[in-house]
Amino acid sequence: MVSKTARKAVNQLHMAVENNSTLLDFSPALKNFFVEIGDLSYFAARFFKEGFTPPYEWREFLRQCYYIGNRSLALVAVTAFIIGLVFTLQSRPTLEEFGAVSWMSSMVSISIVREIGPIITALICAGRVSSGISAELGSMRVSEQIDAMEVSGTNPFKYLVVTRIFAATLMLPLLVLVGDLIAIYGSFLVENTMGNVSLTLYFNDVFEALKFSDLFPATIKTFFFGFAIGLVGCYKGYTCRKGTAGVGIAANAAVVYTSMLLFLIDFIAVIISNIVY
Amino acid sequence: MKTQTPVIKVRNVHKSFGNHKVLDGFSMDLFEGENVVIMGKSGSGKSVLIKCMVALEEYDSGSIRVMNNEIKSLNREELDRLRTEIGFLFQGSALYDSMSVRQNLEFPLRRHVEKFGEVSDTTPLVMEALESVGLAHALNLMPDELSGGMKRRIALARTLILKPKIILYDEPTTGLDPITSKEIIALIQEVQQQYHTSSIIITHDVDCARVIANRMILLIDGKNYAEGTFAELQTSDDPKIMAFFK
Repeated sequence: MVSKTARKAVNQLHMAVENNSTLLDFSPALKNFFVEIGDLSYFAARFFKEGFTPPYEWREFLRQCYYIGNRSLALVAVTAFIIGLVFTLQSRPTLEEFGAVSWMSSMVSISIVREIGPIITALICAGRVSSGISAELGSMRVSEQIDAMEVSGTNPFKYLVVTRIFAATLMLPLLVLVGDLIAIYGSFLVENTMGNVSLTLYFNDVFEALKFSDLFPATIKTFFFGFAIGLVGCYKGYTCRKGTAGVGIAANAAVVYTSMLLFLIDFIAVIISNIVY
Repeated sequence: MKTQTPVIKVRNVHKSFGNHKVLDGFSMDLFEGENVVIMGKSGSGKSVLIKCMVALEEYDSGSIRVMNNEIKSLNREELDRLRTEIGFLFQGSALYDSMSVRQNLEFPLRRHVEKFGEVSDTTPLVMEALESVGLAHALNLMPDELSGGMKRRIALARTLILKPKIILYDEPTTGLDPITSKEIIALIQEVQQQYHTSSIIITHDVDCARVIANRMILLIDGKNYAEGTFAELQTSDDPKIMAFFK
């Protein structure tokens, strides 16, 4: 029902654009933007409709969880470690100036858990996972593999799209968790080397500084980040046209759109968490 | 033959993309056990027509009945069930890149347990399909290790594994060298004899049409312009028909 209404609205939008309606008689870029928003909303509505109705593609879902998690783990780990190191090295002189080096663990952990960890991990995954999904589905689309799946009596939307979006939604919070821990460990290494702080003391300070109000909103928003990464990647790939050139365009657009969406979600999440806590 | 009920019955089908009319009241029948070749110029809507038959494309108006099922009135489950009876050979083979030949063949098999039951060991069925296209040795190869002709054969094996009653071929010899084309044509004939399928073959290849066609249809301006045996159409003095045989 939702899906049909959404499709109808999207079709009307397409027709309005094609007919050059005065209502939408502004720049072509803006027109395309609204059409894209409409199509993406319809795609999301279809995901919710098909994602929660059987049959479920458990095997493919687990396979995608492995690929998405595994594909990004090394990059997330290295980036998080370096961010932890650099962040601490850059902050130390300023804190030293004010005699507040003992606040280092609190400052690092709160900023990493609340903001830096989730957004950096999500941006890495936007570049790696979202574009990867988009390129994979795009090439399947242009080489008629998705049509072949359809005529063999398999619902390609369920098999290819639903599994990837769910996998990205589930894997991103786990990657963020791993990334946060590694970044904090990187920070500890600097403190251990320059301030002779022990691992136990450092992590005691970290856990003492972190509150439920830091962890909970940050974790919740990572599910939305993961959903956005999977959704945009699948949308751009699944609806890819214009042959092999279109695959490149789709992969590129997936990264750009996902990154924009991530910042938007982050902004909304910060506003909501500031109101609630 | 024509006293039988057609397995595919197309009546007055219209299909447009924007302002471009592709099918303009097209009608045809496919009877059990026959090979119908559809010829037409590039972009004349041949591929769109067979895609409408399996609901890959939605037609604007008219009627397409496949094995007595009106395509437009079927829900997703009914359509998927019907699709197991229709094989579709794509122009570019459309093998799944990320899967080996074995996995490509197992994929449709594992998804239709209601037709085959829970198949614990798929090897005999996979091997049977591969042997029928003469590529039993390619079992563990990946699609990128196959030549164009081999890909076409594996795609046919993947189609055959579901034991379809109808097979739709979208330009089966396009892009292949003359020798491989002849092999594919011979294979299509073998398949029809072995599996007693009814087929629609979309092609530009006059040699292919001459060998395979029980009946031919020329699709011109979105309509069934002419219909008959190869010999009947070849001897026509209509310039539009003659153009196909020059």
